[in-house]
Amino acid sequence: MQMTGAEILVKALQDEGVEIIFGYPGGVLLDFYDALFKSGMRHILTRHEQAAAHAADGFARSSGKVGVCMATSGPGATNLVTGIATAQMDSVPLVAFTGQVPTHMIGGDAFQEADIIGITRPITKHSYLARSAAELPKIIQEAFHIASTGRPGPVVIDLPKDVFQDKAKYDRPEAVNIRGYKPKVRGHLPQIKRVMGEIRKARRPVIYAGGGIVISGATADLVKFAEKNMIPVTNTLLGLGGFPGDHPLFLGMLGMHGTYQANMTIHESDLIIAIGARFDDRVTGNVAKFAPKATIVHIDIDPSAISKNIKVHIPVVGDVKGVLKEMNKLQTGEKPVWKEIRSKWLETVKEWGEERPLTYDEKSRVIKPQYVIEKLCELTPDDAIITTEVGQNQMWVAQFYKFMKPRTLLSSGGLGTMGYGFPAAMGAQFAFPDRVVVGVAGDGSIQMNIQELATVAQHNIPVKIIILNNCFLGMVRQWQELFYGARYSSTCLSSNPDFVKVAEAFGVKGIRITEKTKVVEGLKEALEHPGPVLVDCQVEREEGVYPMVPAGAGSAEMMKKKDKKLKAVK
Amino acid sequence: MKHTISVTVENKFGVLARIAGLFSGRGFNIESLSVGETLDPDISRMTIVTRGDDRIIEQVTKQLGKLVDVIKVADLIDTSFVDREMILVKISATDKTKADILRINEIFRGKIVDISPATYTFEITGDQGKIGAFIKLIQPFGVKEIVRTGKVAIIREMNGE
Repeated sequence: MQMTGAEILVKALQDEGVEIIFGYPGGVLLDFYDALFKSGMRHILTRHEQAAAHAADGFARSSGKVGVCMATSGPGATNLVTGIATAQMDSVPLVAFTGQVPTHMIGGDAFQEADIIGITRPITKHSYLARSAAELPKIIQEAFHIASTGRPGPVVIDLPKDVFQDKAKYDRPEAVNIRGYKPKVRGHLPQIKRVMGEIRKARRPVIYAGGGIVISGATADLVKFAEKNMIPVTNTLLGLGGFPGDHPLFLGMLGMHGTYQANMTIHESDLIIAIGARFDDRVTGNVAKFAPKATIVHIDIDPSAISKNIKVHIPVVGDVKGVLKEMNKLQTGEKPVWKEIRSKWLETVKEWGEERPLTYDEKSRVIKPQYVIEKLCELTPDDAIITTEVGQNQMWVAQFYKFMKPRTLLSSGGLGTMGYGFPAAMGAQFAFPDRVVVGVAGDGSIQMNIQELATVAQHNIPVKIIILNNCFLGMVRQWQELFYGARYSSTCLSSNPDFVKVAEAFGVKGIRITEKTKVVEGLKEALEHPGPVLVDCQVEREEGVYPMVPAGAGSAEMMKKKDKKLKAVK
Repeated sequence: MKHTISVTVENKFGVLARIAGLFSGRGFNIESLSVGETLDPDISRMTIVTRGDDRIIEQVTKQLGKLVDVIKVADLIDTSFVDREMILVKISATDKTKADILRINEIFRGKIVDISPATYTFEITGDQGKIGAFIKLIQPFGVKEIVRTGKVAIIREMNGE
């Protein structure tokens, strides 16, 4: 039976199990949107294409499924770019469809034409320009396979208008076979045995676990591995939730705004077992001063992540879940003394935690942002999904919210995209209509995609947005305070809108909290409200995120709160 | 250090752009690049000459390997291989210099591919050293134009241990 390209696309999406598309129509997509209309497939109209990409990303990160977004040619497609780059940096499975001008017009600078394949080439895992309806089933099948396997990532499919109108038979290959794409999933056993040998020898080991744990679904295996070998665990930002936040072996996040305990443990360790992490500069600080005494083991599915930033002594390329399972089968230590050695190390590690825990001024009468996050953590269940924007709000969430389960923190870690959190929260809420989803935002970042209040209002999904409103671009202000003589160049947002009125204008409930004594009450009111809520929480204006490893310093050189003179603290 | 990397890729449009973009985006440098079909018309071979320390070359090969359209990557540094480049060079010739020019060409086993009253055009094939030496010797006579291919390379069957 002959079908149009548009019908083939709908059917191919159904065959991939796609439940929901986040998108925005346009001229070249009319045929597709017509086919979609007839199919009954769910489509969420965002109010900006960037939000469609982030919503698909939030859907993917929270559910583990491939997120799908769609935009028209030209400006629609270019508006997806930030969302695609965000997904690429954080290894999120995403398939982004873009409309394109008709094949015969490509290259002629037609109306709403942009070379989106060229524009997105460095920020995608792969991309396709379709040239006929007949090849659509194969392209779509491959795209979903590539996006979701190996180290996941975004795939762009560019669809010229005539391809939607072209006719062909729906012919889906039985299996995917791409000769240039065979991710190595199983870790090399002799390498795994070498790692176990190092673990037996190590006196001060530490596990540094990243987003790979979450993506691979390896939490239970990691917990078992850490407990069996008595090794403390620190998480990267994207790793949070991949190891239970209340576990006695958990050190909190490491890096620039990591805990003193995590950074000291890394600094003093003699064996770092990096799992599904990539030694990002926000983690390592000055690489020359990073973990000077340690042998470094790196387990990752992406061979190019190994020895990219830090020289790795023992690499294991493979899916971290499988590798952890293999390691858990192997013996830990023969002699009983190893337990004694480990206990001593864990004691030292514990002392670091007690010496300088994360703190803030709890007696302050002004609302401290950290206090809000602590209370939010107390008031939300373990499976609540928390999204963040980027900046201080993100770091306070990472420090003060105890993540207990994987896929409960959605945050743009690699690209650091302001405007990510709110649409990502929408995507997560569409994936899990019955779970609590809270987007923590700053007053700056929320304004980057605030138009999505219309989307949550339209669908009446119960996303809660909590703005930690300090009337500043807080993180940049903090750097200006510390490193630029407190000259607040273009970071003061004293002309912010009345956020409660903004929410109400969109038909969303708005709550304002201005007193510390009203924080719990206000949060409760928001969480109990059945629909979407925006909370404008007016916090201490010049609060900073501490501890802090200044850019270029070693990871053990952490600034405390009042170290305004910038001398690094050892 | 200089490395010759042999890459087999899907013969599809856009592949060259992906590879060139990878080099420019990650700050790797390409000294020369040649592309051609293999016996299988669906597959092309690229020979890329690049420079970098071990860490950079490791990244170059791994990043190339990550591209979906790349089938195989081989750094030829550890193998014995034959490599060739070709130049077409147009040289000014006068009655006084003609004999010398022709003698140099003969020594290098070049071919005369075009001739005019005041110029010769030669085709010279060889490895980089030979090509370089030829250019150096011929330059004083007045080179009007040189066109140079990238390097192509093939692994030797017997590695002569």
